[in-house]
Amino acid sequence: MAGVAVSTTINGDSVEYLCQPDETLLDVLRDRLGLTGAKEGCGTGDCGACSVILDDRLVCSCLVLGAEAEGRRIETVEGMAHGDKLHPLQQKFLEHAALQCGICTPGFLIAAKDLLAKNPDPTEEEIRFGLAGNLCRCTGYDKIVRAVQDAAHVMKGA
Amino acid sequence: MNFDPRFSGRKFASVGTRPIRPDGVDKVTGRARYGADFNMAGQLVGRVLRSPHAHAKIRKIDTSKAEALAGVKAVITAADLPDLTDGDAAMYDILDNCLARTKALYDGHAVAAVAAVDAHTARQALKLIEVDYEVLPHVTDVDEAMAHHAPLINDTVFTEGLEEKPVKPSNVTKRSQFGHGDVHQGFGHADFIVERSFKTEQTHQGYIEPHACVASVSSDGTAELWVCTQGHFVYRQHCAQLLGMEASKLRVTSSEIGGGFGGKTHVWAEPVALALSRKAGRPVKLVMTRDEVFRASGPTSATSIDVKIGARKDGTITAAEATLRYSSGPYAGAWAEVGAMTAFACYKLDNVKTVGYEVLVNRPKTAAYRAPSAPMAAFAVESAVDELAKELGIDPVEFRIRNAAQEGTQSSYGPVYGPIGIGPTLEAAKNHAHMKAPLKKNQGRGMACGFWFNFGGQTCTDLNIGMDGSVSLAVGTVDVGGSRASLSLVAAEELGIDYSQVKAIVADTSSLGYNDMTDGSRGTFSSSMATISAARNAIKTLRERAAQMWDISVDDVAWEQGHAVAKGEKHGNLGKLSLKEIAAQSGKTGGPIAGHSELVADGAGVSFATHICDVEVDPETGATRVIRYTVVQDAGKAVHPTYVEGQYQGGAAQGIGWALNEEYIYGKDGRLQNAGFLDYRIPVCSDLPMIDTQILEIPNPNHPYGVRGVGETSIVPPLAAIANAVSNAAGVRMTHIPMSPPRILAAIEAEREG
Ligand code: FES
Ligand code: FES
Repeated sequence: MAGVAVSTTINGDSVEYLCQPDETLLDVLRDRLGLTGAKEGCGTGDCGACSVILDDRLVCSCLVLGAEAEGRRIETVEGMAHGDKLHPLQQKFLEHAALQCGICTPGFLIAAKDLLAKNPDPTEEEIRFGLAGNLCRCTGYDKIVRAVQDAAHVMKGA
Repeated sequence: MNFDPRFSGRKFASVGTRPIRPDGVDKVTGRARYGADFNMAGQLVGRVLRSPHAHAKIRKIDTSKAEALAGVKAVITAADLPDLTDGDAAMYDILDNCLARTKALYDGHAVAAVAAVDAHTARQALKLIEVDYEVLPHVTDVDEAMAHHAPLINDTVFTEGLEEKPVKPSNVTKRSQFGHGDVHQGFGHADFIVERSFKTEQTHQGYIEPHACVASVSSDGTAELWVCTQGHFVYRQHCAQLLGMEASKLRVTSSEIGGGFGGKTHVWAEPVALALSRKAGRPVKLVMTRDEVFRASGPTSATSIDVKIGARKDGTITAAEATLRYSSGPYAGAWAEVGAMTAFACYKLDNVKTVGYEVLVNRPKTAAYRAPSAPMAAFAVESAVDELAKELGIDPVEFRIRNAAQEGTQSSYGPVYGPIGIGPTLEAAKNHAHMKAPLKKNQGRGMACGFWFNFGGQTCTDLNIGMDGSVSLAVGTVDVGGSRASLSLVAAEELGIDYSQVKAIVADTSSLGYNDMTDGSRGTFSSSMATISAARNAIKTLRERAAQMWDISVDDVAWEQGHAVAKGEKHGNLGKLSLKEIAAQSGKTGGPIAGHSELVADGAGVSFATHICDVEVDPETGATRVIRYTVVQDAGKAVHPTYVEGQYQGGAAQGIGWALNEEYIYGKDGRLQNAGFLDYRIPVCSDLPMIDTQILEIPNPNHPYGVRGVGETSIVPPLAAIANAVSNAAGVRMTHIPMSPPRILAAIEAEREG
């Protein structure tokens, strides 16, 4: 199979890669580009561990082809912090212990970032439904919801 | 190590605070490396071929076409993993589970594996392997498997634990029995008796990270394994034994682990990856798909349980009896035995008897899942207890308080309890605001208790003090949910320094002595014991070095709040030496300063919890929502309370999923029909309310700070608490878990029709 040449923007940097036509964006990020922050929990769009933002839209990167990223903008968890300054969501996840094993965390952070970008002042219910595409098996979601609420609060003040 | 009375009522400086975990930043920035995040130069992609049949003889496997495919570097079958288990039946089962020998025993059983240059080629190669199966009759239901006509899964199995050895083989591998007193007599004294049968379906631990490893076997016979596991030392032993290696030649590094809950306590694919790497002469990465995780790893037992409890009018239980049947997959287990031990552990009983049966079925090998076996037994017992309270006209909490075990009670499984938390958790629940909150139409409240043993085990810890006074703590228990934070707190506490001066890591198998798994809620309990002992050994050296620096006797040097202090009038002008000052001089006073500890952490204190739950049941659809949930649990001493709360909440959420949704669904053909997160639905954020927690601290007399394990008990009460709530809301007793909408509707309709 011939590779597909793709130029795209990832976390603000231009990136070029060759990928197979049937290769997912998740596999490209993880296996070709070494961006292993996005995780594969299912490969079928059911767990959200692979969440990335593609042109301002939250997507499961396991359901997007690497070739589809041509000319688009991708945001991954690796791009959330500014230098050594964590994004408020990252900081609040730490403070609230919103992670136990942490495998779901990159997906939740990206999904929460997308949620707050669209709705800076969500109710608890809006947070719960907004994050319903992301599975966490460790926390029972309580501390995740609180961390997002707290981060929303901080971001509004900022 | 006994509870140190100096710690009762003591003000802790670090323990009990809530700092940010040391591995936190890596986990929120995507830098933390989990099982599948590691790569080696020249690595191949491994893939496993799995049986599509629930039960089949493997007549022949032809791998020649797969081997001939360009890019395929190794194909293996059971022949490449010969039996070296030397009569160790449990290891043989693990081996057979890794690669089927003569029969495929469940849908998803591994039969062959390939290593190829890329995933695409590996997938192609699997399709080229030809397996000649002779399909055999199968059985997947636990009760059906016990029936006389049931297909035999292993005709060499004759039930153990019976008075006489049976003449015929069966699917029941073992019978076990616990209890004391005379239940027959006890029931004779009862005014009311409740007798019920219950069923629970099989669930999966549901960790979000699939099993993953990278194996690299070198031609000199040494090997490395990077793997997500709850116990890399145990994986080393298993793999070394199955591959015929010396343990010291296999270095196992535990990656960050994306959840385990008991499901990552024994090897599945790791020996296969090593065998592939040995054959191909290159590193092999093997990552399970989600489908494989469901079909071939994990699950709990499915159960069928009969309970009978009798009580006098005054609310005293006179006798309690249970028969518990637990499926163990196609291999022998001790799951019913554990269920039988835990079933009545919350109560003070004069007459109690439990009998467990381990049952073979054509389903994946049962693995531990958080307080394994206890939730199902608690579901049956706590449902019957609730029903009995109702018949007696006594409040269910009050009824449990009246019969709760206490210090000095002989437990239903044998030992006599020390100080325990069942009474206090019940009292706390009784007084909790949740208990008094009003309920609306179609809503119901339920509560239930739970017990778990907790475990200690072999533990080894190194504490090294750098010349700058910072402390490296190397532990051997895998951190599944924040234990590096809690162990750093313990080291800081003991040394009298700040948390930020301690950095804890999980050491690999070549850097530290043997450690048991992180299971049995033992991570923080046992490693904190070893950390305390290592720190005390280091303090002894620090005092010696201070004595040397001052040129006084070590007996005159005490350790207080991170400093050596010279004691006695004659040393009045010596002042103090900080840990940092002593460490800076270590090169001149005898070299590096460290403390080590190797111990068996005996005396894990038993753990109890009481949960309260409100649900709303839609009588038209049978759909149920949990609207309020409260966990009360004894932690002994909460080292990092936020992570303790997290354990309580996480266990409760898993229990909610189990109670309402989760189940393995098998077709008539014995194939699993819902091997994915879409159809095996675990709770999502919008399914749950906040989960309230209350931590009680009844010190464990066997730990210097009073710590008890906290990880598992929280999954024990939910099934029963929710079943009691649903039964109260729907007005009909629910006896089959999960209480999915169709089951609830059917129960409501059956009740209506009387
Ligand atoms: S890996 Fe993409 S949704 Fe699960
Ligand atoms: S923290 Fe483990 S899955 Fe969310």
